[in-house]
Amino acid sequence: MTKLKIALIDYGAGNIQSVQNALNRLGYQAVLTHDPAIITKADKVIFPGVGQASYAMKQLKNYQLDTLIPQLKQDFLGICLGMQLMCNKTEENNTEGLGVFPIDVLKFNHQLKIPHMGWNTLQHNKTPLFKGVKNGEFAYFVHSFYVPISTYTIAQTDYGLNFSAAIQKDNFYATQFHPEKSSQTGLNILKNFLSL
Amino acid sequence: MLAKRIIPCLDIKDNRTVKGINFKALKDAGDPVELAHYYAENGADELVFLDITATQEKRKTLIKLVEKVAAAINIPFTVGGGITTKEAAADLIYAGADKVSINSAAVRNPDLITQIADRFGAQSVVVAIDAKYHHNNWQVFLNGGRQAVALSLFSWAQQAQQLGAGEILFTSMNHDGTKKGFANKALSKLTDLLKIPVIASGGAGSYKDFKDAFIDGKADAALAASVFHYNQIKIPELKKYLKQENIIVRI
Repeated sequence: MTKLKIALIDYGAGNIQSVQNALNRLGYQAVLTHDPAIITKADKVIFPGVGQASYAMKQLKNYQLDTLIPQLKQDFLGICLGMQLMCNKTEENNTEGLGVFPIDVLKFNHQLKIPHMGWNTLQHNKTPLFKGVKNGEFAYFVHSFYVPISTYTIAQTDYGLNFSAAIQKDNFYATQFHPEKSSQTGLNILKNFLSL
Repeated sequence: MLAKRIIPCLDIKDNRTVKGINFKALKDAGDPVELAHYYAENGADELVFLDITATQEKRKTLIKLVEKVAAAINIPFTVGGGITTKEAAADLIYAGADKVSINSAAVRNPDLITQIADRFGAQSVVVAIDAKYHHNNWQVFLNGGRQAVALSLFSWAQQAQQLGAGEILFTSMNHDGTKKGFANKALSKLTDLLKIPVIASGGAGSYKDFKDAFIDGKADAALAASVFHYNQIKIPELKKYLKQENIIVRI
């Protein structure tokens, strides 16, 4: 196992074990924690999320992570709901987010099926997070809300409209898709994040 | 563009896969973990595990199996069979399942759909519906097709969506096991009625059956068991065919 200290934020949000499993596959072991001291000292922080926004924000506040996360300096990766919570606010129960990205998360409002569930293609801007990933490779998505395209967008996907599949601001990275469920493409992206 | 999904279904009894499995590449095709890994590496987009273990005692070991599967594959998977409480669903999700599938229990206690959706999100709840077309009606059946209830496929699916289901897995009892194609007319009507994705199940026999389920049936995903397990249809070959037919698939 590699010595990299990875904190995997555990705030009661669904299937966190699959992120740990993916890290194990890459030869890493993360600490599952909601302890601000451990998170602050980690080399990399991963903020997964499956579930419901207002419940998740309540949990983050309980653990005082809502104030800590925006101040973190190390590489930070939000996944799915984690990405949406890193924005200003989300239309999901009109929940206030962490405000790392000054963007509002919107609900899909078109005739296509919701949730957007399944494998969809990535078009990315060749940033280091997507090193070795070809445009058009598939990643696994499950979501009903989306982050619109902005200056922070580093990858996009088309589902009735183009939305942000990944965003970045300084040390903060986030993906709408689940790299931990996206077969080899997802493993490459996780590996790239850990190698940043 | 979103790809159509191909989903092998594995029946599990006492932690072993049942139904004939015919893979020379596998040392132990009865081992669900090894089989899951094989499918994940060979084009499956998702997996469904259906636990048909009879006793509660043995069901407890299912959690351990789910943990092992989650460690072995990096595609999403659903676990179903005998889930009657929110707690049972939570145990499986914490063990690594991405979704749970509920069938009879959802009919008997529709609130269960809402309870799981509120806690883990709608995307984690698949409502499985077994239905049979007779007397000009698609009637819903429980307990693996043994017990008829006074519900129609279409109204129950709409109600399940309303209650928070993230997906409907529709098995046509008329088509299941026939290998003569999916119930495309009913599928098409169901897909048009619902805002959530529909998985077609029952009747897969040929490449064309999948194409028809996606085009005529408008299904979002197609599930099959024996054609995959007996190696009659190889998923990479199936996907090549679907791509030639201009259907978006992940290759």
